[in-house]
Amino acid sequence: MEKMKGDTMALLKAEHVTKQYGGRTIIKDINIELHKGELVSLLGVSGSGKTTLFHVLSGLITPEEGKVFLEGEDITSQPGKISYMMQKDLLFPHKKIIDNVSLPLVLHGIKKKDAREKANPLFEEFGLEGTQYQYPCQLSGGMRQRAALLRTYLSSGGVALLDEPFSALDTITKSNIHRWYLDVMEHIDLATLFITHDIDEAILLSDRIYILNGSPGEIKDEIIIKEKKPRAEDFYLTDTFLEYKREIIKRM
Amino acid sequence: MTKKLQSITSKLPAVVALGLILLLWFGLCESDSIPAYMLPSPVDVVSALIHDFSIIMMHARITLQEAFYGLMIGIALAFVTATLMDHFLILNQALYPIMIITQTIPTIAIAPVLVLWMGFGMAPKITLVVITTFFPITVGLLDGYKSVDRDSIDLMRAIGASRLQIFGHVKVPAAMPHFFAGLKISASYAVVGAVISEWLGGFNGLGVYMTRVKKAYAFDKMFAVIIFIVVISLLLMMVVNMIRRVSMPWIAAEKREEKK
Repeated sequence: MEKMKGDTMALLKAEHVTKQYGGRTIIKDINIELHKGELVSLLGVSGSGKTTLFHVLSGLITPEEGKVFLEGEDITSQPGKISYMMQKDLLFPHKKIIDNVSLPLVLHGIKKKDAREKANPLFEEFGLEGTQYQYPCQLSGGMRQRAALLRTYLSSGGVALLDEPFSALDTITKSNIHRWYLDVMEHIDLATLFITHDIDEAILLSDRIYILNGSPGEIKDEIIIKEKKPRAEDFYLTDTFLEYKREIIKRM
Repeated sequence: MTKKLQSITSKLPAVVALGLILLLWFGLCESDSIPAYMLPSPVDVVSALIHDFSIIMMHARITLQEAFYGLMIGIALAFVTATLMDHFLILNQALYPIMIITQTIPTIAIAPVLVLWMGFGMAPKITLVVITTFFPITVGLLDGYKSVDRDSIDLMRAIGASRLQIFGHVKVPAAMPHFFAGLKISASYAVVGAVISEWLGGFNGLGVYMTRVKKAYAFDKMFAVIIFIVVISLLLMMVVNMIRRVSMPWIAAEKREEKK
């Protein structure tokens, strides 16, 4: 395995990543970093290549140029190193919730019974107590997202990629899950890179925001949200929030 | 309205239609519009069924054996073929058109050839059942494998699943509803296939018995066998439905949620 020299601070690092499809460049020369315990948003308009970048970072596709490093180790084109939650919750309808969330453990060789035992205590933390032996169809949209997040957490080696995880939820459910998510992030040590095109969501949840725009998609800017976390429920209404929002809109 | 009452009322039109057909049949026979040797009365058919029940059961044992062996081999072959076709695109492209062509050949046309090649024992009967049951299950499984969402496979890959794990955890469960839909058809085809192959030669079986009573112009007995075959086929389909319900408990959960 090739070891990255130099910066040892970044948990996840993408260097000069370029990806093409059918001769068309989708993302170009992307350089991003994610540090331990950080939540970083990737903000951009539709078609700017956010999901393509996540596919590269997760190892599902191979970039034409550039490399991806996890704790200094080259993991380019190696799926299974970073957990990835896609836009849909993708809970398997035939598996009970406990088996859905403990699936990553089973796939990595842990016996089903042991995997269930390991996953079970986390149900309370993720607000899923009592749903262990239900099927996904018996859960609401918000609960399904929580279950998918728990599965992502259990498959992570400390790093997770979340592709618009809350975009399908209604405003009230989304607001509740934001609060819950900020709370749970305080307790679990999970560095997260988060795709969204909701500016409010990005400001509320993130430590930093990368702005990915253009065609091909390029990192145009980086904004640091200095406000301490967990942020108050009425952070949306503060002048500081609006200043951030104004700044982001200007830069986009 | 209670669920039980709803279930009864939903079946009522079919029961009434069946009753009317039986009544029409009975009326035609009683009015002597059709001679008894052409269309025996339902009363004669039922009495023939009761009278010959032990003989019919003896023959049915052989037919059911052939149908069961053929169906089991058909399922195993369909599973292997569909899985290989799903894994190797070239195999799919090569075999799918051939499979379609084989379905256009009437079963009755293949049966004599099989008897010629394999004799009058069980082998040609089982082979014919395999041929008739193989296609619906293979197509069902192929459709099921294809129905898997691309994102689900990407998710499994992102978690680090191997091809075999993706197959076992995602593709097989997704194919199960399609498999059971194919199996339901195949289970009834299996009995019919065995009976057809017995028509063309053999020593025992419902098909052999049918040809014997036909030659004796005992049409009441022939109709009795037909009814017996219908009942067996329906019972087999019910068994498949029961296995389906036990194997896929999440479907019942989904239905319950839909009704809420």
